[in-house]
Amino acid sequence: MSVQTHIPATAMPSRPAAGIHGTKMVARDVKVFYGAKQALKGINLEIQENRVMALIGPSGCGKSTFLRCLNRMNDTIENCRVEGLIALDGEDVYGKNIDAVQLRARVGMVFQKPNPFPKSIYDNIAYGPRIHGIASHRDEMDEIVQTSLKRAGLWNEVKDRLREPGTGLSGGQQQRLCIARAIAVSPEVILMDEPCSALDPIATAHIEELIDELRENYTIVIVTHNMQQAARVSQKTAFFHLGDMVECDDTEEIFTNPRDERTQGYITGRYG
Amino acid sequence: MQLTVLLIILALLTVIGYQMGRSRAVASVGGRIVELHSVPSYHGFYVALWAGLPALLLFAFWGASEGWLVMQMVLSGLPDRLVNGDAQSLGLLRADILNLAHGVTTGREPDPEVVAAAERYVRLHALGDWSLLVIGCCVAIGGLLYARRRIDPDLRARNRVERTVNIALVICSLVAILTTIGIVLSLLFEAIRFFAVVNPLDFLFGTHWSPQMAMRADQVGSSGSFGAIPLFAGTLLITGIAMAVAVPVGLMAAIFMSEYASPGLRTWLKPILEVLAGIPTVVYGFFAALTMAPFVRDVGNSLGLSVSSESALAAGFVMGVMIIPFVSSLSDDVINAVPQSLRDGSYGLGATKSETIRLVVLPAALPGIVAAIMLAVSRAIGETMIVTMAAGLTANLTANPLDAVTTVTTQIATLLVGDQEFDSPKTLSAFGLGLVLFVVTLTLNMVALRVVQKYREKYD
Repeated sequence: MSVQTHIPATAMPSRPAAGIHGTKMVARDVKVFYGAKQALKGINLEIQENRVMALIGPSGCGKSTFLRCLNRMNDTIENCRVEGLIALDGEDVYGKNIDAVQLRARVGMVFQKPNPFPKSIYDNIAYGPRIHGIASHRDEMDEIVQTSLKRAGLWNEVKDRLREPGTGLSGGQQQRLCIARAIAVSPEVILMDEPCSALDPIATAHIEELIDELRENYTIVIVTHNMQQAARVSQKTAFFHLGDMVECDDTEEIFTNPRDERTQGYITGRYG
Repeated sequence: MQLTVLLIILALLTVIGYQMGRSRAVASVGGRIVELHSVPSYHGFYVALWAGLPALLLFAFWGASEGWLVMQMVLSGLPDRLVNGDAQSLGLLRADILNLAHGVTTGREPDPEVVAAAERYVRLHALGDWSLLVIGCCVAIGGLLYARRRIDPDLRARNRVERTVNIALVICSLVAILTTIGIVLSLLFEAIRFFAVVNPLDFLFGTHWSPQMAMRADQVGSSGSFGAIPLFAGTLLITGIAMAVAVPVGLMAAIFMSEYASPGLRTWLKPILEVLAGIPTVVYGFFAALTMAPFVRDVGNSLGLSVSSESALAAGFVMGVMIIPFVSSLSDDVINAVPQSLRDGSYGLGATKSETIRLVVLPAALPGIVAAIMLAVSRAIGETMIVTMAAGLTANLTANPLDAVTTVTTQIATLLVGDQEFDSPKTLSAFGLGLVLFVVTLTLNMVALRVVQKYREKYD
């Protein structure tokens, strides 16, 4: 198994230099089993701060499984076992000192299908801050809701109907609502599991723009089936295949000059 | 006897018809089944339906009209002096003829004319049965031959068979609806008779219930007063106690089963809980009357409270236990129907399991839970046996759960048990109570349905 992780000294040439990016999360030899079936065969990966990492690969290659390990969402699945080390800021997320609940407040998640709660738009955003006791006053909560919606680029569309149910929004708006909901608990990392697969092209463009803006404040890991999307939004790309991480490099490098022929086969559309 | 033979012949003819239709359809295209419009079995069903249905319809029509027809024929042959009576004596005459025809002897020496009529009746009846057999067979064979001749590769047999099945389905659902309408109408008419005697306002708002009517002028202690408020209050009290037991326990059980129990445990637990719903209510009644009521009384006495030995508390509690599976099973279903993606969304924000259940799952399932509770309430209101056995018949207007109370259903049961005269307000009041009960439970069910429809979230 080949692991090619290297941290470049400078950002990608197409973007203005943003300084050196520290390592936010590290995965070392991560193996995942669903019962007797092994889904991940030892993944090594480093996720850099304030950058977008795209995970690509054919269906069933384990990229969603890996993503769900990063905030221990796999804990909710029965007979799922995780081995190896995953660290957030140098701290083992499966260690004794970290509670899955606290971890998920730091590593937020946006799902494939928009899943707003059957509550008002306001309550959807306020849900996280409320359970974590982030806001002590009403005003503070209003502030959080407004900031989150603004960051998610949804404020102008919904500011007059914050009390209406979140499920009444369009698919793209719902997904941005879910992103705003994740932002509201001020996570450090946001995991996105094919966030645009249920959306139309215009809504997708919206979300992609948003991801690019969010990079300033958050570290983002995105699973996508759409290789153009990976090329558009990410700075680093990791290619997964059959439970292995085949190749991880700068996005430009992966798409123009892949080292592994499996990667080349996938991005040129020969399989997957 | 002839009818049995006819039914057997019909069954045989349909089977034969099926085979004939099938094989003829296959033969008509020389075995190349793709050339048929419909699959061969539809051709078979087509012929079978033609063989069986017309004869069955004839049979049904005959069964409905034969007795009346034969009797008309017999009566028309009788002399005027017997037939020209009023409706009552005519009815008596018919009964006499029928009795003689069936060999039932009455005390009176029968009129020779009537005896002759009875013999005529028996003869006509037998003739009718034989002709039915012959005509039925002819109709069946005729239908079979007709349908067989029509078989052709282009015959749209599937469409025809399916339309017939469709009609049969409509008729079946109509039977259920018409039965309901019939029950409601009979309830309504009797209730109207009751309200002709007792003022509806006195009935609905009176506070004294004592349905015994004086049969003689000097009889005492029988006021015949029909104020139903104590019954409604008793029903409400017992239902309230039952729901206070069933809702929390049932809901918690549902939450445990759907959210915390492992799938293995759940497959065991749910059926066991549902066994509770299968216990006959009369068994719950034993339990309430012989175990629960004395227990409640003893505990109350040791606490220095005066508890009636037939307390509303005991009956309500046992009824609550009976209803637990309704609440838990229905709630479990709606909680399970809440999509996993909502739970994931909540966990992904760092919510704990209990926060997720409290703030996301239960609100999302609330309409369904409300509907489950409403259905449980209407079940509790309609429950009779437990209350009859454990809560007694005393119509007390009280809110004290330690007193004996009675409910609407219990009163209906006691009013109609045994020999009753159906023209006294005492008996008729049961229909008045039944009507009120029907309206209340119907309203509850309709509200429950509306709540579900209105607030149900659509998770594609």
